[in-house]
Amino acid sequence: MSQKDSFVKFEKVDKSYDGEILVVKDLNLDVPKGEFLTMLGPSGSGKTTVLMMLAGFETPTSGEIYLDGNPISSIPPNKRGIGMVFQNYALFPHMTVKENLAFPLEVRKMQKSEIDEKVGNALAMVELQDFGNRMPLQLSGGQQQRVALARSLVFEPRLVLMDEPLGALDKNLREQMQYEIKHIHEKIGITVVYVTHDQSEALTMSNRIAVFNDGKIQQISSPDVLYEKPNSSFVAQFIGENNQLKGKVKSINGENCIVTTESGDDIHALKVNVNNNGDGSLVSLRPERVAINSSENFENNFDAKVKELIYLGDHIRSRVEICGNDQFIVKIPNSYKGANLKEGATVKLSWKASDSRALDLN
Amino acid sequence: MSQTQSSTGPILTTDGIPLKVSLKKAERINKIRAFLLVSPLLIFILVTFLVPIGDMLARSIDDRQINTVFPKTFEVYKKWDRKGLPSEEVYKTMFFELKNSEGYSVGKASTRMNYSKSGWKSLLKKSKRKFKKIEEGPYKEQMIAIDKKWADPEYWLALGQMVDPTTMGYYLNAVDLKYDSSKNIVQQKENRRIYNKTWIKTFKVSILVTLFCLLLGYPISYLLATLPMKYSNLLMICVLLPFWTSLLVRTVAWMVMLQQKGVLNNLLVMSNLIADENRFQLMYNQTAVVIVMTQILLPFMVLPLYSVMKTISPTYMRAALNLGASPMHAFYKIYMPNSVPGVSAGCLLVFIIAIGYYITPELVGGKDGQMVGNWIAYHLKTTLNWGLCAALGAILLAMMTVLYWAYNKIVGIENIKLG
Repeated sequence: MSQKDSFVKFEKVDKSYDGEILVVKDLNLDVPKGEFLTMLGPSGSGKTTVLMMLAGFETPTSGEIYLDGNPISSIPPNKRGIGMVFQNYALFPHMTVKENLAFPLEVRKMQKSEIDEKVGNALAMVELQDFGNRMPLQLSGGQQQRVALARSLVFEPRLVLMDEPLGALDKNLREQMQYEIKHIHEKIGITVVYVTHDQSEALTMSNRIAVFNDGKIQQISSPDVLYEKPNSSFVAQFIGENNQLKGKVKSINGENCIVTTESGDDIHALKVNVNNNGDGSLVSLRPERVAINSSENFENNFDAKVKELIYLGDHIRSRVEICGNDQFIVKIPNSYKGANLKEGATVKLSWKASDSRALDLN
Repeated sequence: MSQTQSSTGPILTTDGIPLKVSLKKAERINKIRAFLLVSPLLIFILVTFLVPIGDMLARSIDDRQINTVFPKTFEVYKKWDRKGLPSEEVYKTMFFELKNSEGYSVGKASTRMNYSKSGWKSLLKKSKRKFKKIEEGPYKEQMIAIDKKWADPEYWLALGQMVDPTTMGYYLNAVDLKYDSSKNIVQQKENRRIYNKTWIKTFKVSILVTLFCLLLGYPISYLLATLPMKYSNLLMICVLLPFWTSLLVRTVAWMVMLQQKGVLNNLLVMSNLIADENRFQLMYNQTAVVIVMTQILLPFMVLPLYSVMKTISPTYMRAALNLGASPMHAFYKIYMPNSVPGVSAGCLLVFIIAIGYYITPELVGGKDGQMVGNWIAYHLKTTLNWGLCAALGAILLAMMTVLYWAYNKIVGIENIKLG
């Protein structure tokens, strides 16, 4: 792997707090320069610990972390030159916005004029020019968030870490800030490692997403691959909405396989991580890939009974019973062409073998 | 909001009553309820606290005692030109008022007269006894014959201070000043100047105690605020343990610890750190007062500090480190400013308690460690000079008020956090 490809490198990193449980297990991760990498996972999956080790607030129990080719485990956090946006912003409450932004520059003993210029630029970047003399508590949540972002960037760090920075904002503001952060990243080309448990946030902003569970990276790839081609049932479940049909592998035929559900239905699916006939498998299928009463030719065609219809404006979410599973979700777009379903009716559902992925049973 | 208000008229409610009137009416019941809730405590405080304090403040300037015992004498005294000796009329009125008065009220009046010029008390006592033999005037010569002091203008001039119903004499006394016979403010005689020294000592001890409490309390509070809950609770109990022990028990324990043949000195001698004949004098002096009061008042520093530090998010320090500050710099620039409300609350609390402290200096202070509180107690119980007690107390109260005002100006009272 070339130097460029591993600006940040985790090499066989383990972390344990109590000597009994490993919260991070054998982590190997490379982040190229300029990448926006998101670590996504449920709480307790070890993603924040990874970030804290990178920032220097936790030390790896074993293994080494490299920044730009140099091991950093023995460098204290204040010498690492890594910017960080904290979950609750951690803006210093006794300092004005300007003083907050000037703090990292002052500890670097910069000239007063230089500090003023950089603080001004940083405020302009987050469009808060008029708020420099306010105290952090006089700002709204979104403004505080932007100040925290500006403060993490003002001293031009090589790397910025963000620890669920949008968690405290309401939904609209969160979405707006996602785009803002994404644009700032694109504009200044800095390397970002971002931690979140919100999958839509991860999909919106990232170049790559590392899905964490149980101290390990389950899958690391670009958002589209992660969504379209999850390689384990955890990832399939965690990212986006997902239908799962449980069964056993009946036969394997090259790329494809057939999974028999408990109700005796044979599903044609793509073989992803099942290996032998008779193995348990969860077949994963995105709701939007299911066709209703279609006349086209699909490998999988089943009758389903409509159990529930939920009106969601742009689409109607319908829960149906199919292949012995009554939690199967189909999304029907609220358009002219949309099928007009009634609760209790029987419909024909079809999908392609390549859209249904035979994954492990976990 | 389709209705538009006329810009001049008051805003009305739906049924046409002005909104402010309507609001007042609606709020009135709440106000009455609030008042009823506080009234028992209010009455209690009024009767047991505010009224006595008012009475005390009045006592510190009250000078009517003598006027009620010798009212006629003072009437004629006012006409005297204060040169030489008073006229026969003054002597005569004084003679009859003294002769006909009750012994008890003469005693009280003579105590007060003695504050102006010592000697009055014995003079009146002796004279009242001997006046019985005098049947008729002129009285001036006969009185002088009983005691030469009646011929001393100094005594008569001293009465001049008592003509007015109020006096600043007690306050002057409390700061080592007094009226001379012509009512000029002068310093007390050198050997009677004790209060200024006591005031300075009181301040010194209070400041030292506050300082030591802060020095000892800050690190422990920091530890308390940053430790995990299960350890911090245990440590907190250790800090609060003194609260559960009687103040007297603790003070006496300190006496055992600190005296010359006490635990501390014995340990130092046993470990050969000091020679047997060089044992530290740690008891019955200011050092003892400072040591014991620091220990006793420490929780009053720790509690406000802890409650403030608990609210300082540890991510502030992390953020400061992450931004490149060294741990020392981060502590100094980020943690300390955020702990100021706790520091000021703790210091104010400890200082206020320390400045009026009585029991500890009394027990461990010896002659050198007496504070203003001890003098107040002394005059209250031994000399019965309540006017001076009141003046000393009022000065203490005034100092606290000034301190509080200054604190409010500098730090802002809303920044105080006690928990």
